[in-house]
Amino acid sequence: MKTEALIDLLARGPVAAEPRLPERRVATAALLTLPVVVIAMLVILGLRADLVAAAGLPMFWLKLAFPLSLAAVAYQAVTRLARPADTAAGAWAGVALVVGTIWVLALGSLLAAAPAERATLILGETAWSCVLGVAGLSLPLFAATLWTLRSLAPTRPRLAGAAAGLFSGALAATVYALHCDEMTMGFLAVWYVLGMLVPTAVGALVGPRVLRWT
Amino acid sequence: MKPIEDALHALLLAALAGDNAAYSAFLTQASGRLRAYFRRRMSAWPDDVEDLVQETLIALHNQRHTYRPTQPLTAWMHAIARYKMIDSLRARSARESVVAPFDVDDVDETLSAIEPLAGQARRDVGRLLDGLPDRFRLPIQHVKLEGMSIAETAVHTGMSESAVKIGIHRGLKVLAERVRKPS
Repeated sequence: MKTEALIDLLARGPVAAEPRLPERRVATAALLTLPVVVIAMLVILGLRADLVAAAGLPMFWLKLAFPLSLAAVAYQAVTRLARPADTAAGAWAGVALVVGTIWVLALGSLLAAAPAERATLILGETAWSCVLGVAGLSLPLFAATLWTLRSLAPTRPRLAGAAAGLFSGALAATVYALHCDEMTMGFLAVWYVLGMLVPTAVGALVGPRVLRWT
Repeated sequence: MKPIEDALHALLLAALAGDNAAYSAFLTQASGRLRAYFRRRMSAWPDDVEDLVQETLIALHNQRHTYRPTQPLTAWMHAIARYKMIDSLRARSARESVVAPFDVDDVDETLSAIEPLAGQARRDVGRLLDGLPDRFRLPIQHVKLEGMSIAETAVHTGMSESAVKIGIHRGLKVLAERVRKPS
């Protein structure tokens, strides 16, 4: 086929396109998958028993706000990296800022505590089930986000995969926080971060293979 | 470059808002720039240039919703062009490694590496060849000594053409090894 004929063919149909389609697709996929994750948390893990009492404590809300704000910046990164040649420097700076803030707060709380208590403040009682829970709950979101990215055009698949992993991990951590009854900064700064890191690393690993588009 | 970028940018934005004529003009100008882009980078395969231009135009079309109106248009176009080019090079190398895992030039190189041997009596080669298994010996004997083509040798020996080529390639390597350190 001659190139002129191809151009003619492409330009003849409806050509309008919505510039914010990447944002809408990523958000829609996440919102459609989120109920699955919530149900999985309710059925497999269960809500924390003292939910109503805990809701009166600032730490309860911080535990939701921390992963939720990471999800927001990761969403920025995903939708930027879904576009050819676009960069997500601002979003990565946001990730560093959010995680950095939590680490500073955690360090402060540790320094204020008696030395003998510090280990307990970090380790809590459910460290590994937190990592496993966050990573496990992120799976449906991770798959949905990668699937959506394949309909867009990431040209930095490793970064895009990592962003998709962080986005799904952060949303999963927000849901997990409704089950988890650990209430220390140290726990949040280590185990929640590790849990979100799992899908992030997997995303960076599989991105170049999975994120093919035409 | 800037005025061209601005003109293209205006055309694409109009197209994304539904202007077919602007879209046609955008694709036409974009195809010219893509052709130049691929000609510079694919000088080893000039026949692939127009295919790549068309594949990239289709990708630009399929992915036109991924253009963020404030991002540099050329960078966006080139990132898609580069993606298509790497795809095509990858497909090419996969294709070629299925048909023949080495270059025919390779065989000749190996042959010239043992040129001193070729300069000696053919009988010595024959003696060396006798020590090789048939799958190496026959291809070398027929193609390199008797001057048969790869296809003829394949028919004659019942081997596939690629097996003949591989036989020559590996056999010559073994021979070269033997000449270098005679046991």
